[in-house]
Parts: sequence; C-alpha cells; structure tokens
Amino acid sequence: MQAAITIIVLVAVLAVAWRFLGDYLAAVYSGRVRWLAPVERLVFRALGVDPTAEQDWKTYAVSLLSFSLVAIFFTYGIERLQGFLPLNPQHLPGVTPALAFNTAISFVTNTNWQNYAGETTMSYLTQMAALTVQMFASAAVGVAVAIALVRGLAARKRETIGNFWVDVVRGTIYVLLPIAAIAAVVFVAQGAVQTLAGPAHITDAMNRVTQTIPRGPVASQESIKQFGTNGGGFFNANGAHPFENPTAVTNLLSIILILAIPVALTRTFGKMVGSMRQGVAILAVMTVIFAGTLAFTAISESQGNTAVHRAGITAQASGNLVGKETRFGTFDSALYDVTSTQTSTGSVNSAADSYTPLGGLGMLSGMMLGEVSPGGVGSGLYTILLFAILAVFIGGLMVGRTPEYLGKKIQAKEVQLATIGILVMPITVLVLTAIAVETAAGRAAPLNAGPHGFSEILYAFTSQGNNNGSAFAGISSNTDFYNIAGSIAMLLGRFGVILPTLALAGSLAAKTPVPEGEGTFRTDSPIFGVLLTGVLLIVGGLTFFPALALGPIAEQLAAGRIWP
Amino acid sequence: MVLRQLRRGVVLALLFLVVCGLAYPLAETAVAQGLFGYQANGSIGANGSVLIGQTFSGSAFFHTRPDPNNPMASGGSNLGPRSAKLVAQVKAQIAYWNRHGVKPTNDLVTTSGSGLDPDISPAAAYAQVPMVARARGLSIGSLDKLVASQIHQRQLGFLGSPYVNVLQLNQALSRIAGAGSAGATS
Repeated sequence: MQAAITIIVLVAVLAVAWRFLGDYLAAVYSGRVRWLAPVERLVFRALGVDPTAEQDWKTYAVSLLSFSLVAIFFTYGIERLQGFLPLNPQHLPGVTPALAFNTAISFVTNTNWQNYAGETTMSYLTQMAALTVQMFASAAVGVAVAIALVRGLAARKRETIGNFWVDVVRGTIYVLLPIAAIAAVVFVAQGAVQTLAGPAHITDAMNRVTQTIPRGPVASQESIKQFGTNGGGFFNANGAHPFENPTAVTNLLSIILILAIPVALTRTFGKMVGSMRQGVAILAVMTVIFAGTLAFTAISESQGNTAVHRAGITAQASGNLVGKETRFGTFDSALYDVTSTQTSTGSVNSAADSYTPLGGLGMLSGMMLGEVSPGGVGSGLYTILLFAILAVFIGGLMVGRTPEYLGKKIQAKEVQLATIGILVMPITVLVLTAIAVETAAGRAAPLNAGPHGFSEILYAFTSQGNNNGSAFAGISSNTDFYNIAGSIAMLLGRFGVILPTLALAGSLAAKTPVPEGEGTFRTDSPIFGVLLTGVLLIVGGLTFFPALALGPIAEQLAAGRIWP
Repeated sequence: MVLRQLRRGVVLALLFLVVCGLAYPLAETAVAQGLFGYQANGSIGANGSVLIGQTFSGSAFFHTRPDPNNPMASGGSNLGPRSAKLVAQVKAQIAYWNRHGVKPTNDLVTTSGSGLDPDISPAAAYAQVPMVARARGLSIGSLDKLVASQIHQRQLGFLGSPYVNVLQLNQALSRIAGAGSAGATS
C-alpha cells in the first residue's frame, strides 16, 4: 500500500517534470530562455564565443574533449595540492597520484566511482571546487551531447549541430544551478549538513561515549549529485549516511531529482523533432524496463536474507535489512538503488553488496542494458537513440527496405556508428573483468568468496564502464590495478560512446529528410516500442548472460531456489 | 582549432571553479546557517547528534542496531547473503540478545548501510523493554508507553518505515527514570 502510494506520487511528480522541464529544456537549448542574458553575455565574451555561431560535429567533439581534458587536470591538481590549500580543517594530506587520477576521471566522466572514503580523504575545498564542480560540468556535457544528437535528427541538410560552449553554459546556468540551489535548502531543512566548520567532537555524559563526527558542505553537493545523475557521496556511506540522506522525504526527493532530467529529455526530444509521439515512444520503453526491474528487485529484497535465516531468524517480515537503514525500510531502499542504477547515478542508500542475489542482479541489469531506462542526464537519451537506430535497422532488414528514423535514411555509416556506440561498453566491461579474474591483482580485491566475489568484480567494471559509480562495495579497489583499469573503463565508457554519437549527429544533420511513405516503419507506434525493448534486452542479455550465470545466477541457484 | 578550444576549456573550467565550486557552496552555506542552523551543523544536542548512531551498552539503555557507530568510518559490512561470516555475526547477535532476555527482531541482529543507523524499528524497541524494565526497576507498561510516544510514523503518511530514534528514546527514558538509576547495569 505504502509502496503503491510512493509510486503514484513519484509518477505524478515526474509527469509534471516531463511536461514543464521538458519544454523548458527545449527552450534553453534553442536559446529562447533569456533571464540570465547579461551573465551569458559576460561568459561568452570571456570565452570568445559567438553564441549564434554553430559548430560542425568535429569542432563540437574537439571542444568537448578540450573541456574534459582541462577538467581532469584541474580536478587532479586540486586533489594533489589540497594539503597546501585552504578549507582543509582536518589537515588532510594531498591525495596519492593513482587515486587522484582515478577520481579525476571518475568525476569528469559523470561516473563518481570512489576508491576512497570522502570523510577521511578529501578536504572541503576538494569536495567543493574539484568534485562538486565536475558534478555540474559533466552533467552539462551529457545533456549537450544528447541535444546535439537530437539536433542532428531534426536538421535538414546542415553542417552544424550546435555550439558546445553555448550548450554547456546555458544548461548550467538555466537548469542545473538554480534547481540544485533550491533542492539543497530542502536537504538542509531535513537534516543534511552544510557547514565549513570541521568535525564535531561530542561527549555524551548519559552514555559515556565520545564521537568525532565529520561534517562539511554536504547539501550543496547532494542536490547536484542527484540532479546531475552523478552519485558521488561526500561520505563513504553515500546515500545511506544520515547527513546526506537524512529522511524518507530526502530519499524521495533524491529519486525525483535523479529521474527529472532524463525523463524530461524525452519530451524535449519530441518537441525538437516535431513529434511528441516519438518522445512518448522512447519514454514508454524506458518506463517498462524501469518498472520491471523495480518489481524484480523490490520483491527479491522483501524476501529476507538467507544468512540471517540460517542464523536463526526465520521471520523477516521487513525483508532483507542487512545494509539497509531503518528509516527507509526495504521498499524505499530498493527504489532508490534501482533508480540509481537505471540512471548513471550510482549513489546507494543501502549496501548493494548485501542485497539478495536477484536484488543485486536487478541493479546490475540496469547498467548492463546500457543505462537507458531512463539513463543518465543526456547519456540515457543519446544511448537509447543509438539503440533506436539499431532497432529500425533490424526492422528494415525484416521488411527488406532501407530503414528511416524520423525521416532520415539510416545507411551503413549510421548503423556502423550506432553499433560502435553500443558495443564499446560491453566489450570494455567483459574484457576488463576477464583480465581481472585472470590476474592475482584482480582476484585480491573481492571481500566475499565464490560467485559473490566474482559479482563484485563484474559489478565494478560494469559500473565504471557505464559511468554509474555504484559498487558491490566490499571490493578493495584502491589499488594500482583497479585505479588504472577502472580509469580505462570510465574513459571508454564515456568518450567511446560520445564520439560515435557526435559523428552520428553530424552525419544525420547533413541528410535531407525523406517524406513518410506507405512502407515507412512508424517509430511512434507500440510495435516499435516492443521492437526497441526487444533489441535492448537481446543485446544486453546475449552479451552479459554468461557472465551473470557465473555471478548472481549461480549464487541464487546455490541457495537452492530459482525465485525469489 | 585545437589550441583555441583548449584555451576556451581553461577559461570555462576557471569559471566553473569560481561559480559552481566556490560561490554556490559558500552562498548555500550562508543560507543554510541562517535558516536551519541546527540541522546545518549536524543536529547536535546535549547528548550528541540525533542523526548519528551511538553505541549504548548495558541493560539500562535501549540499544541501536549492532553497527560500529564510528562516524569517521561510515559504511556497511558489505557481506553477501551467502557469507559464512555474516551467519556467524548474526548468530552472535542472537546469542547476545537471548542472554539479556530479548527476542531480537531482524534489524537488531543486522548492521545498516551507513554503519551509523540512529534508529530501530518500533518492534525492536518493544523487544528491549523487558531488559530495560528489569535493569531500571520500571514497569513494562510504563516503558511500552514510553516507546509508543517515541515512534516516528511514516513521513507524509507513506514514506519510509516507522522508526524509533534510539538517542531520543534513551533521553526520554532518563527523564522518567531520574538520575538515580541511570548508571545501573545488570
């Protein structure tokens, strides 16, 4: 009952976000939102950018890579130098090179994989000026790429797909900053901390206990961590920490913030290509996959924990509470973790490692399907559009006709680019997982034994290859091997998809739309939705089933049950 | 072309640093401290933070879940559902509670995601009533009433799980029990 009301409220709020944020995003990225025009002008002057001058896809890509490269240097530099910089009340030393490198790449790629515990590693300055900054920047970059691809689909015979600098600046000042600033106040009102004072030292006379409680500028990071589908926690416990996610209200607010842009972008897409039904079709596919995974995971988690059962607690009416917070309970925990892994967020409010085997499988599957349901900010939309192109290609093969998507002929070049964009992630994940299980350095990391240990490794690379950042956190991955292999996974998982996507945008933009004919396969129809869902499940399933069979499926079968 | 874009990258990265990395969190801190100073500083009262779990020992207090409750090292145990270590840990917890005459609930024998869970389920609080009543020389009825008064219902009626904040419960307990028996243990 309580779960049903939560879902209804969530759907209602997201419907509002879809309607208004979707239109707002379309207006922002076409330059029709002007309430910060003076700020914009100053920024564009500093950048030496003419906001009306568009770029071809190569210039757009070079701009994107330049910004990301500089961002990696900045983030790395602040981490390394934090010992000499202000706002470091705990006097933390500079971050070690391999960890600083991994973390810089992690935040610039919107992954937020964390091989460290924030409260004992990062100074306040690093949290603010290095990590929070990239939460804004990487989110703005993700949305920019999605918008560029949509422009390519909507354009008629054009060389250009927009201006990267203009898109990043507008997305940040008109969308990310204002909403994050308001949401952060709600987080504080509910109990999230926001202070520059150092840790609190308390002595409880009643209990004769002393504690050192770390604090910091948390709420300002928390809101953009969710709204930009970043997911990096200020504290090690991330969304389970009472200072980050103090109440069930902030828990739901987090879920709403995470889903708002990815869901709204489907409307933005529909608006920009001139057919709302196209956006609705994409949203419907996202919703079906999300709902299926949520049901699967929530039911698994409601069943209780086999270890607790074996130890002698046979009645677990409240479900599997290992690694879960009392104030959230099983359903709100599962909802948060599923939301986080169906997008590129990766923040968890409950320990994924301690989920039931099938609950953990639910979280893995969201990432293995490419994070498209609804996926990260921008990345969700551009990735599912790659799959949509593959789907119309397969549909075209079935009827023996040159496929079209939104009036654009899908030819060899487009199919090749979409396929590269789709296959980079699974190849990266599976090859790196294979290397890890074949090497002593890779096998040294898991905490748990047997199939669960394999799941920890598989999860680590799946998460990084998809720029998710969540973990089966028992894995000890702050080692040279995992810092470097993980960095490779994150870079390929981000830019290995973005580059083919931008090339595709350029290629599509140059085409003249062909009028819809008798034999045109309609991509705003339920049958296309079914085909796209099928393509997603088949590509993800065929690619990852063997690996899953060695991990969560083996673990579930070893418990002597198939479901749940 | 590349050099020009790199220069723009440096300029924009600097702007992001100043606006999103300094101005925004500092302004947010000023607003938070002005409007919600108590929360912004960690919800800390006379006996510590109500949001951060504390380990209570002895029979005279209600206990939190068996979390480490070390705020400098937050996080869960990360043990999987087939972990022999997890089985052993839960067994040890059950044995502990049985020694104190408590029939433990699910949450009383498992650790949380934060390792700092300040709350327990209402059932877990009621389960500890006989232990505390014996140690304090209070009636079970009065403690049941105390627990009932401390239950936080679901937020907005449907969000999360009902819970009891252990620090608040023990503070209320100390008030009705008086200072005399506060240190009693069994």
